[in-house]
Amino acid sequence: MKTAIAFWKKEWMDLIRSGKAFLLVLISALFGVMNPAIAKLTPWLMETMSESLQETGLYVTGVEVDALTSWTQFYKNMPMALFIIILLLSGIFTQEYQRGTLVLVLTKGAQRRSVYLAKAMMCVLVWSLCFWLTFLITWLYNGYFWDNGIVSELLTAAALFWLFGIWVSLTTVFFSTVAKETSGVLAGTGIVLLITYVAGIVPKIQKYLPTKLLEAQTLLTESAVPKNFCEAVVIAIFLTAAAGLAGLLLFERKRI
Amino acid sequence: MNMLEICHISKRFGDKKVLVDVDFAVPEHAVYGFVGQNGAGKTTTMKMVLGLLPADTGEILVNGERVSFGENPANRYIGYLPDVPEFYPYMTAGEYLKFCGEVTGMDVKECRKRSEELLSLVGLFGEKHRIKGFSRGMKQRLGIAQALLNRPKLLICDEPTSALDPVGRKEILDILVSAKEQTTVLFSTHILSDVERICEQFAFLHEGKILRQGSMDDMRKSCKEAGFEIELERAQDAEKLIEHFPGGVRRGRAYIHYESGKGQQMETVLAWLVKERIRIRKVEKCSLTLENLFMEVIGR
Repeated sequence: MKTAIAFWKKEWMDLIRSGKAFLLVLISALFGVMNPAIAKLTPWLMETMSESLQETGLYVTGVEVDALTSWTQFYKNMPMALFIIILLLSGIFTQEYQRGTLVLVLTKGAQRRSVYLAKAMMCVLVWSLCFWLTFLITWLYNGYFWDNGIVSELLTAAALFWLFGIWVSLTTVFFSTVAKETSGVLAGTGIVLLITYVAGIVPKIQKYLPTKLLEAQTLLTESAVPKNFCEAVVIAIFLTAAAGLAGLLLFERKRI
Repeated sequence: MNMLEICHISKRFGDKKVLVDVDFAVPEHAVYGFVGQNGAGKTTTMKMVLGLLPADTGEILVNGERVSFGENPANRYIGYLPDVPEFYPYMTAGEYLKFCGEVTGMDVKECRKRSEELLSLVGLFGEKHRIKGFSRGMKQRLGIAQALLNRPKLLICDEPTSALDPVGRKEILDILVSAKEQTTVLFSTHILSDVERICEQFAFLHEGKILRQGSMDDMRKSCKEAGFEIELERAQDAEKLIEHFPGGVRRGRAYIHYESGKGQQMETVLAWLVKERIRIRKVEKCSLTLENLFMEVIGR
């Protein structure tokens, strides 16, 4: 446990001193502000485009925006935020393999599982903090400009997307114990996501796939109910645990 | 008691045999030289001792405890200094040692005290700059400090002086000699003069096989002598000397080398030179160096 805590502190120091922490907070804040900002600017954008739209036969009449417009934007933007966060975290193991910095630590008798746990927990925490910071900023702005009360199942929908991010983070950690380079980690994670996405074309299995969680925003308009996501949640939790455990077993026998 | 026992280990990478039945032991408090050319298999052997590579056959014992690949509990007895130690560049030397202490569960006060002691020993005490600005020599010195932090029973140094200038080399060798009282040192290198300087015992590794091992004195006894050299003042005297005592090799205008075992005794040659009143500039009995031994052992 002492090793895990020491490594955990080291990872924080790395994040802060390398400037990654600042970048992550900045990105989360930007995405948080962007959602209500885009919603707020939509009427003005439509107005400026109305003349050119009229020429094509489209008439723009009173465009109304509310909290739902901003939350819809939130779910459109979060996959991009997740991608950037994964990009920043993808080197958490591989940079150490390439530089050889883990060799000195492990040859001192530090337990491999503690090192792995500290790093995996770090990935989960970074994603969680970034996601909920973006959510909080959007929620505050939406509350200030409009009314969050018109949106149903707000927290449930957010929790579903957060779980999707946890699954992707742990998949990244798993590939970090297999690949030697960051490109391999990103390729592995990308392939898994692609396979899951393509498998979603088959209607029968769609509801079991973690990518189903990306449809969380349907809860906001009551187009879906939380019950519709039960299977995807169970499978995502199972796959997350499996990726975490498999990564641990592989890391314990990895040549470093 | 032996601190390290390497028992008949073999290792193959694909078709290539990297280590073949390597077998040697390092006694407690010895400075043991592990000598071999680049690619002889030294680093592979050391990585196996550290549990970073699995052996195909054989076993390794550190302080009587068997080494296992991956999670290796025997590493708690070991301090390791690689040829190019890599640290977290955003830390200072003090922060890095503190981190090492925390990772290995050292008592906070003991860690602080030991860090100060070691940083003073390696000349980095008070160094406030981050490691990213360190020179190679400074990194190597910090490498020794981190390796000795937990008072290891076995200090493994993999070519610690190879990448350093003469001043840096001398500093590292001096520190290793001073560490001998506290620990056992396994020192791998291809720089033979370094081994001669600090090691009492050594093993020659060549193409994955141990060709010789033992103490330096034993080695000297088992090998032939290296001959003698004479430098005269005049070139024509050198010709005269070779005519009278054949077998000498001219290495300069009036510089002759007699190899041992070629029938000429230095005392006889000197007596003749005195008798002939030939003026001598220099006479030297060639000392047997580790390099001579190594060349002889590998058959070159």
